[in-house]
Amino acid sequence: MPEITYLEAISDGLREEMRHDSSVFCMGQDIGKYGGAFKVTDGFFEEFGADRVWDTPLAENAMVGAAVGAAVEGLRPVCEMQFADFIACGFDRLVNVAGKMYYRQGLAVPMVVRLPSGGGFSGGPFHSQNPEAWFLQSPGLKVVAPSTAEDAKGLLASAIRDPNPVLYLEHKNLYRRIKGDVAEGRYETPMGELGVAREGTDLTVVSYGAMVHTALEATEDIDGASIEVLDLRTLCPLDRDGILESVRKTSKVVVLHEATRSCGVGAEVCSLIAEEAFEDLDGPVVRVTAPDVPIPFSPPLERAVLPQVDDVKEACRELLAY
Amino acid sequence: MATTTARPAALDPHQHLAHEARLTVDDRRELLRYMLLMRATEERALTLYRQGKVPGSYYDGRGQEAVSVGSAFALSPSDRACILHRDLGAHLLRGVRPGRVLAQMMGRAGGLTGGRDGNMHFGDKDLGCVGMVSMLPDMAPVACGLALAFQMRSEPRVAMTWFGDGSTANGQWHEAMNVAGVRKLPVVFVLENNQFAYSTPNSLEFVVDPIERAASYGFPGVKVDGNDVEAVFQASAEACERARQGGGPTLIEAETMRMHGHGAHDDMSYVPPEMLEEWSRRDPIESYEARLHDAGDVDLDSLREEVKAELDSETDWALAQEMPDPATATGGVFATEDPVMGDGKAPWSRWAKEASHA
Repeated sequence: MPEITYLEAISDGLREEMRHDSSVFCMGQDIGKYGGAFKVTDGFFEEFGADRVWDTPLAENAMVGAAVGAAVEGLRPVCEMQFADFIACGFDRLVNVAGKMYYRQGLAVPMVVRLPSGGGFSGGPFHSQNPEAWFLQSPGLKVVAPSTAEDAKGLLASAIRDPNPVLYLEHKNLYRRIKGDVAEGRYETPMGELGVAREGTDLTVVSYGAMVHTALEATEDIDGASIEVLDLRTLCPLDRDGILESVRKTSKVVVLHEATRSCGVGAEVCSLIAEEAFEDLDGPVVRVTAPDVPIPFSPPLERAVLPQVDDVKEACRELLAY
Repeated sequence: MATTTARPAALDPHQHLAHEARLTVDDRRELLRYMLLMRATEERALTLYRQGKVPGSYYDGRGQEAVSVGSAFALSPSDRACILHRDLGAHLLRGVRPGRVLAQMMGRAGGLTGGRDGNMHFGDKDLGCVGMVSMLPDMAPVACGLALAFQMRSEPRVAMTWFGDGSTANGQWHEAMNVAGVRKLPVVFVLENNQFAYSTPNSLEFVVDPIERAASYGFPGVKVDGNDVEAVFQASAEACERARQGGGPTLIEAETMRMHGHGAHDDMSYVPPEMLEEWSRRDPIESYEARLHDAGDVDLDSLREEVKAELDSETDWALAQEMPDPATATGGVFATEDPVMGDGKAPWSRWAKEASHA
């Protein structure tokens, strides 16, 4: 099994699906000969041609809308937002057309929107956002957020093969930083199942995306405590049983995400625990998230906003001592 | 006949097309029948609304029957349609039964969405229709996607979508037109200019007639009398044929008038009475009846009787439908199978001939 980057795993997954299934095609800005802003589709134009690697005009409304139309006619479009932030421009088609289509008229919409998300590199307020919670209030959309190269490939395959609209959050800060052994050929990482990034018995950190790596680094050694790190992988449908199983084992929970705090994934996880596992807790559930502010540009400001390793360490230490 | 107001040099909308859009006597009878059926269905629905049987509000396309019937009549069975709320005629023509529409309006389980959505928010996937949403013109880019699928698979098929004058002010209208032009998609955009976006008149919506914009997107724009069903049909048939032959999109502007309020709750106080009077003299059904009467080929009395009898039995059926079971409200959010769409009915004699030759 070759070791490849998270970004190469996304490319690999997309390429494999396109090779295998002629109904899969890509659309997005600068994804053709240029290979995409982050080079995910590098070489795709040469292999699959201009029709299946469509360099769209700067038109997110039209792109997402056309993806819906192509999907109901039997194709499997994979839209690339150049940055996750820009899905705001195509939001309506996703939420009002794609998400409600099956409920209203029994017509499935198998499409994927890839969202290069997250901060940590001075992208500023419009190139750093983690918009996953926007979609969790929109029934009919699935949301995945892989943290490893293996899952990046496997979840993309699952997303493409799923008959529903799927938001695929790929964290930009993992693109070239994270490597892993990734199987060649096609495989799926099942949606709706969390992964256990590290097993433990004293405390659970619930996270996803880039923050899984922050959690692993922060909890490597906190006074010898045995800390479990959950990687949610899929945010909708959420693996409720998997979360509760870990909570019942460790009785202490830190919920960690890079997205802003209020009404985020963490709020849902905390509510779930409060409703279903209150009796199992040995301390308050703690959230470590970005505060409710835009992501600032300047490095010290951005660091102040995004959860850091030390923030997670601190939160775990306090909760362990509770 | 179609009046061309915008015409890129490369694409002459009057160029001779392989199929001349000929109408037989039976075709003309069908055109009138579907317009009558649309009006009769909407009149029944309005009665049901006034009886308190239609929850929410009620929207219809009174006065716009020629647009939906004339345009959808050009579609082949395997073409796809994204139909607007003023265009019940297009649904009926594709094969939707009036009873299911009435049940839909009443929120019954037998309606097209089983009560999950109301009024004209439906599209029967088994008849090749993708249902509209309230955000307009959301279906314009969706129609581009349907057309994209046909183009990528090299299928001689067309996607048709309808929107109003109000939609032409929206940004995604531009995006859809532009993308359709750039990729030369087999899509037919039918703009029904019914003079008002809710209460906002054309004069507050745009400075330049939207049909003029077609040229800037690189495809023909054809303006027709939207109350002349055959004029709408001719323009649509040409546009569909051009799309099928790889000639790309067409924008058709059908000029018409919304003879009822935006919804049943709207008293239309903003419409000058003389404007309504003028347009009522141009009623699309009355004028077509007069035309067919003069030609003497169609027995109008029997046609009206036929439509009335159909509506009577369809209304009975709709009223017999049960309300949906509340326990079903939370199911069916996510699909477990891939989409399957079926083909619609295509009453134009051309398609019957084509099918018999096949």
